[in-house]
Order: sequence, then C-alpha cells, then structure tokens
Amino acid sequence: MTTVPEKRSGVSRRNFLSGSLGLTFAFTVGGLLSDRPGEVLAAAGAEAREIGAWVTIAPDGRISIAAPAAEMGQGVLTSLPMILAEEMDADWSRVEAVFAPADPDVFGNPGLGGGMITVGSRAVSGYWTKVRLQGAAVRRFLMQTAAEQWGMPVDEVSTEPGYVIHPASGKSLSYGEIAAIADQPDSLPEVTEADLKKPADFRIIGRETPRLDVPSKVDGSARFGIDAKVPGMVYATVRHAPVVGAEPASVNSDEVEARDGVIRVVHMPNAVAVVGETVETVFAARETLQIDWQGGDTAGYNSEEALETFAKRASGEEGGLPYFKQGDTHSAKTAAAKTIKSDYMSDYVYHAQMEPMNITASVDETSKKAEIWVGTQSPSGIVGAATAALETEPQNIRLHQHYLGGGFGRRAAVETVPEVLFLAKEMKRPVKVIWTREEDVNAALMRPQTAHHLEAAIDESGLIIGWHHRIVAEAVTGYSSPDRLEQAKGLAPLTLEGATHQYSIPNQLVEYLRHVNGTRLQAWRAIGAGYNKFAIECFIDEIAHEQGIDPVELRLKLLKDEPRARAVVEATAEIADWGRKPEAGRAFGFAYGQVVGSYVAGVAEISVDEDTGVVRAHNFWNVVDPGIAVNPATIIAQLESNVVFGLSQALKERIVLVDGAVQQSNYHDYEILRMSETPEIHTKVLQTDYAPSGIGEVSLPMVAAAVSNAFFELKGRRLRHMPFTPDRVKEVLS
Amino acid sequence: MAVRFQLNGDQVSVEAAEATPLLWVLREHMGLTGTKYGCGVAMCGACTVHVDGSATRSCQTFLGDIEGAAVTTIEGLSPDGTHPLQKAWVAEQVPQCGYCQSGQIMQAAELLERNPSPSRDEIVAHMDGNLCRCGTYTRIVRAIERAATEA
Repeated sequence: MTTVPEKRSGVSRRNFLSGSLGLTFAFTVGGLLSDRPGEVLAAAGAEAREIGAWVTIAPDGRISIAAPAAEMGQGVLTSLPMILAEEMDADWSRVEAVFAPADPDVFGNPGLGGGMITVGSRAVSGYWTKVRLQGAAVRRFLMQTAAEQWGMPVDEVSTEPGYVIHPASGKSLSYGEIAAIADQPDSLPEVTEADLKKPADFRIIGRETPRLDVPSKVDGSARFGIDAKVPGMVYATVRHAPVVGAEPASVNSDEVEARDGVIRVVHMPNAVAVVGETVETVFAARETLQIDWQGGDTAGYNSEEALETFAKRASGEEGGLPYFKQGDTHSAKTAAAKTIKSDYMSDYVYHAQMEPMNITASVDETSKKAEIWVGTQSPSGIVGAATAALETEPQNIRLHQHYLGGGFGRRAAVETVPEVLFLAKEMKRPVKVIWTREEDVNAALMRPQTAHHLEAAIDESGLIIGWHHRIVAEAVTGYSSPDRLEQAKGLAPLTLEGATHQYSIPNQLVEYLRHVNGTRLQAWRAIGAGYNKFAIECFIDEIAHEQGIDPVELRLKLLKDEPRARAVVEATAEIADWGRKPEAGRAFGFAYGQVVGSYVAGVAEISVDEDTGVVRAHNFWNVVDPGIAVNPATIIAQLESNVVFGLSQALKERIVLVDGAVQQSNYHDYEILRMSETPEIHTKVLQTDYAPSGIGEVSLPMVAAAVSNAFFELKGRRLRHMPFTPDRVKEVLS
Repeated sequence: MAVRFQLNGDQVSVEAAEATPLLWVLREHMGLTGTKYGCGVAMCGACTVHVDGSATRSCQTFLGDIEGAAVTTIEGLSPDGTHPLQKAWVAEQVPQCGYCQSGQIMQAAELLERNPSPSRDEIVAHMDGNLCRCGTYTRIVRAIERAATEA
C-alpha cells in the first residue's frame, strides 16, 4: 500500500496508516473508503495537490472532494460534493468523493452545533453555506494562481467547468494544469457570500446526478463497518442485560470458555461478551451463555399496560409542561360552541437496520491511542466516547469511517465504543464486535411509545378557535443525552419534534407529560414527527369530517398564511386527483406537514380485507417543497424510502416489553414491509428558491395519518393506535 | 477438515468445522465481504449466494453441505459489474444504503436465469423474501424488468 504524504497545510491531521496494518481498504473508482482526500489519487500514483482541507486536484484533472456527512443511503456522499463542485466550477465528471476525516473543527456541521454528526435531515441544509464558501475559495485560489501565471489581474479571469479562462485573450488553464504548477497553499483566499453563484447559474446543483457510491453497492465492493478486517483481530459478540441496568451476577464462563475457539468470556457493565477466533464460534457460544441477571431499572415494566396508563394521563386533568402556547386555549374551550376530543397512541419501534451493530477497534500498549473501524452517523460521538473511555485526547483516536448498512438514527448512538475498547484492552489484540440480530433487537434503542389527547374548540361559525394537544411519552434525551434534556428544561426536544403545526388557530396549547421508565431510547427516523404528525393529521381530518368540509379544503383554509404549504397541498391533491370517486372497496386519505423544514403532503389509497384485518396500500402520492433541490434524483429516492418506512411503521412495527425485556428477536416477529406490500409510489419535487431543507425523514410522518384517514373514508371508523395490526383493525371494525 | 468446492470459478479448499455457516466462510475466512449478515435465520435474504445455480441463504447453508458444489457470490456474478442486473441496478439507481443489495441481485439473477421474461407478479413472488429496510423495492422491480429486456 502506498504511503500517503503527510499533510502539509495548516490544518492539523492525524498520522496515517502505518505499513504494519497492511491493506485494510479496497479502493473503488467513484467510491471512497479512504478517509483522506488525495489517498485515492495517491494510491493511483498521481501527485494530488491539496487545495485547502476539502479538495485535492491531480495534474490529470481528477478531483477528490471530502464528504463530511455519513453515507447511509440518503446520497450525501454525492450531494455535498456537488455543492462544493458547483461553487468550485469543477467538471463533475472528474470528481470522486472521500469520507472526511473525523475533524470537527474543519468538517463540522454548522447546522448541528459544529459537530460531525449526520442526523435530523440536516446534512445538506446545515452544510449548504459552509460547503459553498469552501468551493468558492478553491475557485478563487485557482483563479489567482492562473492570473499570476499569466501576469494578469485576477478580476480579468473567470472559470468554466474545470478551467480558469481569460476571456479577453482566450487563454485557459485546466484545474489539473494549475494544480501541477501551484504551491500547495497553507490557506485559501477569503471569500464571502457575494462570491457565490446565483442559483440561475447552477450547472451541477439541481441536476439528477447518479450517486458516486452506487457502482460499489452493486458489485459487493462497498465496505460497511461489519466488513472491517484488521490483522490479528479476534471476534466478539455481546449479550446485554435484557432488563436495562441489570448486572450479570453469575455466568457459566468456564463451560463456555471450554468450547473450541472461545478465548474468553468477559464481564462488562450490564453485559457479557464472548471473545473467540471466529464469528461462528462466538455466535454459537453466545447461545450457551447462562447468565443470572440481577436488578435493573426497568424490571417489572410491561409496555402494553404502561401505554394504557399513558393514555389515561393524556386525557386526564394533569397539566403538562407547555411546549407551545399561543393565546388562551382554556378560554377558547369555554367559549366554544362545540368541542371535539380524540385520543391516539403509538407503540415502541425498533430501527431494524439491515446491518446489525458492530465495531472494530485496536488499542495501543499505553491504552491511550486507539483505532476504530465503524460505520457511524457521528464521528464526533465516536471520538468523544473513545476519548472518554481511554481518558485520552481526541487526536489519539483514529476513526475509519465506512458506509452504513442503515442508520435511521441508530448509528448516532455510540454505546458500542466503551465496550469494544474495554475488550481491546483486555485482549491486547484488535477486537471486532458483531452483534447478532437477536442482540440487536434485545438491546434495541427505541422510539418511545406515546399517548395523545387532542381537543379542538369550534365557535358558532365553525371556525377552529382552540387547539389543545397533550402528549405523554418518555423523553428520548432522558436516556440518550440527559444534559440536553436538562438544557431544554424538560421539554424533550426529540420526543416533541413535530408537535406543532402551521394551521391558523388563534389559541393553542401543546403540552408534554413525561413518563420515566429507563427504557433504551434513541432518535428513530423522523423522531417525534412520526407519531406527532399522525395524531395531528388524523385529528385535523376528524375536524374536517365533523364540520362537513373536505379534508384538503380545510387544510387550505387553515394554511391561508402559508403559501409554500398551500402549494404543496394543492400539488399533492392534483397528482393524486383528489376528489375523484375511488374504486369500490378503496378510499383516499390526506396528510400534510412541515417536517425537517420542508413542506410535504401525501395521499394514500387503501383497501381493507375485513376477514384478515390487513390494510393494503395500493398507491401513495407524495409531494415535497425542499427549497433548492440539490440532487433531485436522491430526493425522489428518499421520498420513496420514506413512504415504505412510514407504511411499515403504520402497519407492522411494534416492540413489546414484558418485565422490562424486549419480547421480539428477529425479522420473523418484528416484521418490516416487504416488496409485495409496497404501493405504487408517485412523487413530485416542487423546487423553490429557498435554501435547501430536509429530506431524509420528510414524508414518513405523513403515511400513517394518510392511511388512517383513508380507512375512515372507507369504513367510517378510526384507526387510532399505530401500528394498525390486523388484530387492531378487526377490533375497530367489530 | 478441509472442504473443497468451487468459488466464483476457482477451486478452493477451506479448513473449518463442517457446521460453519457458508456466510462466514465466505466473509471472514475467504474475505469476500460482498455477501452480508442480516439475520442469520434465512429471514432477510442479505446473505443470498448461488450454490450450483440456486439462490441459497448462506447463513443457513453449512460448509459440510457444499463439498464439491459451485458457489457464486456477488463478486463472481460478473468480472466487472457488467451483469445485466448490475447495469440495470446502476441505471435505475436502486441502492440506498446498499447493504441488502448483493442478496437482492443474487436472488434476481436466479430468477432471470430461469425465467428471462418474468411478469411483475412473478418478480414480486420471487423477490419477496428479500428485505430492504430503505425501501428500494419499486426500483428493484424496475431494474429487474429493465435487465430482462436489455439482456
């Protein structure tokens, strides 16, 4: 393996792979795998110049651009470099992407407090300006270098894709030629937003662009965390306490260690690991572990019973923490001519990402330096957790980022870091930890179950004058990041996401009642919006029916001050041909929301088999206004992904806890949507000139409400409890 | 004990317990990581390879079962990503996270070998055992249809 030249510019970097680690990466054209710009090109023998921290240019014109966000299928490996390439005026056909090193000072996301973390559909929106400025700075440097070469003033030169040109004389230099003659800069020229292109001049942004990682994902060469291979490594798998906080009081370690290929059984906090020579050895050995678990915070917790308690609290007299308050809802209710009240519920759900949790690490003999191989949404989190676990400095942690076999929020959690470092220190060898699927479900970090009570106050003229929404749920941050919950003064930021709406209602109160159970919680795709929009959009539909108004018409009325919202509602109604008579046995349902900053609406067309209770979605129409659409191709793909994911959680997904332990264990009892259950999906992107807003989670929250609303059209009854399992459907119909 | 079989056209010999799942033989013993671990109980299809031309869940196929057999993994489907399905997968931009896609393609390859012009219903019936959490199902169907016409 070619050694890579040490970084020369002012930005601090870590040392690279030493020869002793051997070839741990496979290079693919158009893919990445190196965690340093230039490494792909260096391995190919080119003398790539680093032009700032994000870009290298080779004399033959090949460009590598660092992508700072995690690639988990949402296409940011392509869309973020597209933004930089645009402002750089690069020839996109010469661009390759590489994962940015874990260096938040350089590559952090301004939209997420400067951390290197990919969550909340905030990659493109968060990096938009920063990455554009970086591209403009590279362009400026190239122009200055060429102008200097020509002895011209820099304001006489300009660029065409891949070239600096001097229009007056017809001279031009390719970026590759400039890179070959340039001195590697210590810093790039200052640029401001005035140096950025006007959207009308975009050549790359806005074009449907094939993803750079797709070729490697059809030939088996794309490397995920689970594919890491480090010489001398041993394998480990873990059995975590089924009940959170329980400790392994006794383990049949001797018996398990006597098995062929098992090296050691290791006690860890709230867990037991088996370490051995092969995966199959440790996986089989895990099944023979006999562990006596003692204690645990959630012992005795039964989620189904608990949800009934949540529902009682939601509709009871207990006031909660006000999350959103406008006007005087109490007076509005008193003055109302009519009040509509409704309850909704949702179960725990699990990420079910296809690649089970895994992480590989080696620790040096001082236990103060570590290398970690993983696919993570949070390089910042991984480095932070490793730094804390080893009581060392961040620059002593070397992270090798990989593709993620599904993130959805799961891979923003970093609880595997202290585990693998503990094992690596114990074993004095690199350790590759792979969780079995059963363990992945057992130790699931879930979206909380929720109960909602909503009340609307209607005046004599039929206007909605009051809106009261009470949400009872655990706080995700109470488990995942207690500091953040404290900062939010108990107003659980993830749990409550999506709990407000844009409807024009003068008096509103959204309250939160926290339930504390100690269950393992985490952001799950669309976070709170997944169930909050379900409640809101079903309730709006109920109001529409109560008032005898078409559900789309009511929304348009209530969105009178929101032109972007109305445009999306109208466009969705149009592509779905809303208002037409459905075929026999079918019905349509509508939902709208502002989710992750974008405007989105959906229509579901469903039928129901009364004998089996199975709801079938035949078609789903989905329109989004995402502001500027950087890569319309990936936006459409994400809408499709959102619809499938949303339908899956609407119809099928639930985790049940009995005596504190997750009851499900694999894909046979935690079912996700299959191909045969997938509707025809019709999408439209309504691009506008606003800065890009979120896409990765945008339309998932529309699906359950659209389905439930369609069900009401069809059957005159409401599905109020997600998921709409066949049993629940049959009960509602009976 | 050494088990001899054919892997992507080459004769190989693997020393490991007969009860070793083929999945781990391929991934960890042979270093072919294109075949993925998703569930271990043949419920998701991520581990799909061909054994003597049949799509097989390698997580529930054991080294002892494949003595003398011809095994094909995603890496051996074509030398350079040019199998009609792989080209169609790129043209339709099928993969999102990509983790399930090796299994999807191998499952689809068996279909087209046996049924070069499948109907949409036949495609869905054949592919329904392969899960995709990212929800690329509609594109998988389109890509298979495309490969069938372009093959």
